[in-house]
Amino acid sequence: MKTLEEIKAAIEAAVPGAGVEIVQNPGPAAQHSLRLQPGSAFEVAKFLRDDAELALNFLSNVTGVDWPDKEISEKVKVTRAVTKTVDGVEQTVEETVEETRKRVEPGYLEVVYHLFSMTQKHGPVILRMRTENRSDKVELPSMTPVWRSAEFQEREIFDLYGVVFRGHPDLRRILMWEGFKDHPMRRDYVEPDDYDYEPTAHDAVLAKAKAHQAAQQAAAEKGAAQ
Amino acid sequence: MMHSATDMAADPRARATRPEGTLVSDPDDGTELLEVSMGPHHPSTHGVFRMDVALDGEKVARLKPVFGYLHRNHEKLGEGNSYLASMPYTDRLDYICSLTNNWAYALAVEKLAGQEVPERAEYLRVIVGELTRVQNHALSVGFLLQDMGASGTPLMYGFREREKILDLFEALTGSRMMCNYMRFGGCRVDATPEWLDATRKVVAGLPGFADEFEALLCTNEILMARTQGVGILKPDLAVSAGITGPMLRASGVNYDIRKVDHYSIYDRFDFKVPLGDHGDVYDRFMIRLLELRQSIGILEQALKDIPGGPVMDPKAKIRNFRPKPGEAYGRIEAPKGELGFYLISDGGPNPYRYRVRPPSFVNLTVLEDMCLGHNVADVVLILGSVDIVLGEVDR
Amino acid sequence: MAVDQELKIELGKQGVFVTTLQELYNWGRRNSVWPMNFGLACCAIEMIATTMARYDLARFGAEVFRPSPRQADMMIISGTVTKKMAPQVVRLYNQMAEPRYVIAMGACAISGGPFKQGYNVLKGIDRYIPVDVHIPGCPPRPEALLEAFITLQKKIDGQSLTGEDRPRFLNSEAPGEFAVPEPGEHDLEPAANKNVWTVPVVIR
Repeated sequence: MKTLEEIKAAIEAAVPGAGVEIVQNPGPAAQHSLRLQPGSAFEVAKFLRDDAELALNFLSNVTGVDWPDKEISEKVKVTRAVTKTVDGVEQTVEETVEETRKRVEPGYLEVVYHLFSMTQKHGPVILRMRTENRSDKVELPSMTPVWRSAEFQEREIFDLYGVVFRGHPDLRRILMWEGFKDHPMRRDYVEPDDYDYEPTAHDAVLAKAKAHQAAQQAAAEKGAAQ
Repeated sequence: MMHSATDMAADPRARATRPEGTLVSDPDDGTELLEVSMGPHHPSTHGVFRMDVALDGEKVARLKPVFGYLHRNHEKLGEGNSYLASMPYTDRLDYICSLTNNWAYALAVEKLAGQEVPERAEYLRVIVGELTRVQNHALSVGFLLQDMGASGTPLMYGFREREKILDLFEALTGSRMMCNYMRFGGCRVDATPEWLDATRKVVAGLPGFADEFEALLCTNEILMARTQGVGILKPDLAVSAGITGPMLRASGVNYDIRKVDHYSIYDRFDFKVPLGDHGDVYDRFMIRLLELRQSIGILEQALKDIPGGPVMDPKAKIRNFRPKPGEAYGRIEAPKGELGFYLISDGGPNPYRYRVRPPSFVNLTVLEDMCLGHNVADVVLILGSVDIVLGEVDR
Repeated sequence: MAVDQELKIELGKQGVFVTTLQELYNWGRRNSVWPMNFGLACCAIEMIATTMARYDLARFGAEVFRPSPRQADMMIISGTVTKKMAPQVVRLYNQMAEPRYVIAMGACAISGGPFKQGYNVLKGIDRYIPVDVHIPGCPPRPEALLEAFITLQKKIDGQSLTGEDRPRFLNSEAPGEFAVPEPGEHDLEPAANKNVWTVPVVIR
């Protein structure tokens, strides 16, 4: 099989301006991946499937991943001018201070495709795509017209993560019922509070059961006061 | 980048449409399609699966599978559990084949953490994995025949063999169904010489069972009339739809992950990959019986060659297991197809993302394509020939 | 109206059998409990194994699995009840004719089991319908299901046809139908049927 660099070069030759990026995987598995731009991903996918040498005709696995907004606090050394009184004389001195700065790295939803070739018997080639954010710009092109196996898996990601796949023939909820509002696989999903009976609670469940009981008690006291 | 509808129509791998000449309903006559909801409580659906079927007389005009009645949040729970704590959950994915589920997960974590497995443990994995395949295929054929109306007998034959194999699992792992046997870097307990002898005895009896099963079923006139030419799956659609396992090979595509990925020690065994010609229900049924025979061959070789030694990598860490940040996709040839696990580690004790690639779920993609134009009674057979387990479909 | 047990045995030796209507009635019901052909998850496989040759549920008169709730006396909740499935389970139970019984088989049906913390998993079917026998285990062995049958048979045998403690199907004031929960925007509504289930008090 071609190396990932060669595949990248082949894609860029076939789809000009595809903007493919190699994402390194630091772990021992060393399964590196290609990050596609949503704009050109569909053309790239068709190329990967139809290219005689690559022939990645088998899309095995489609995964959604949620990367929430990350607040990163980092220590930065700042040099600034400070007015100080040294030996009775006012002077302007440059001083280096360490400052903690916080910045928010915007989150995104990611979709990962694992491709294999049934004719060449090689793989995996891993593709990734990212949405712009996690709230309103969550559209990505659907791969279902290229590989049918994406049909249910993309519906699952739409259901559980809320990624909207443009061009999907039948984008509905698949695992949860129609009328369900949340996307439960997102990391900030708040589950329904049914911790009223926990006979053998420990760790995380115990904390939730205690929070539930405290809330129940507060509600009862509020009700009694009125 | 938008793609048009013509894009899809031009591609032979795109979704099938109802065959020509099968439509009899005509709105002008006042006839219309009959909508039937098969499931979630339906004896043929192998659990809580539902199909929204639109019938045109007896013929299927539309079929939409409805999932989620057994959605047990496996992946969400996996993100909250440590790597080891997810192992017993994998038992409950495809609950007929717990040991191959263990294997796929162990393989993925071993890739993620870069671990090695001792030789004896690999042999034990092959032995329990192939035993699992034998009992799964025996059972799936039994259920298919049950769906066909052969009430009892074939299923009882299948269950009789399964009980023998479950007794072995129980002696080795302590549990009949939920074995929780494999660990990252080996297996939990070693097999005793007595267990291996008992296994040899059971395996020696399996060819007789396969003969009996084949004599009972393969040339049965009713079975042939009901299954041949029904639910045909074309190879190009099968590849595009990501079908794996016996269902893919019944359509004539030679793709067995045991041969392709060379995982574990399958290189050492001599076995063939049976292939079908027509891709109909009969071929899928036949492929399972032929694979069962190949598995018996692998078992015989593995039980002859099994070496001594440890069953756990001594360097493997069980407690406080934290793989380095990174990701890995590991897959095996489970009895139903490609079972894969995709794990992302952020260096913590829990996986950041824990994804299961279930074979039965993806294999259902083409259910509608296979059923269109057939009688409603054949839908039951076609679904039975896909061999689904809802624990894995909905997770 | 009980028969003197010693007299009954003595008469039996003479070839005379006496019984009460209640005993005869319960004997008949106890030995032909028809379960519903209804599998939910992993436990269903063990339920099928119980009906097969090795464990042979037919010995207890309960091998006739009926696909239709109208023809069944007993529902074995064999596996995890998800929130998507719970309305269907309650509806099926409502469609069964009285007298009807429920066996909650396995940890999931009792409490949610290992999947208890899942967002789509119901923490025990007894939140919506009354359960007669609970079987722990994940999954319970076929022997455990047989034990549950025996327990249910004893329960049927002990039911009196008249009086205050008569079973639900002979009491016209007892509820015949149970409220079917509706799938809501975030959860099932209501989260439990208050007439069937209240939060148990844990005594430590």
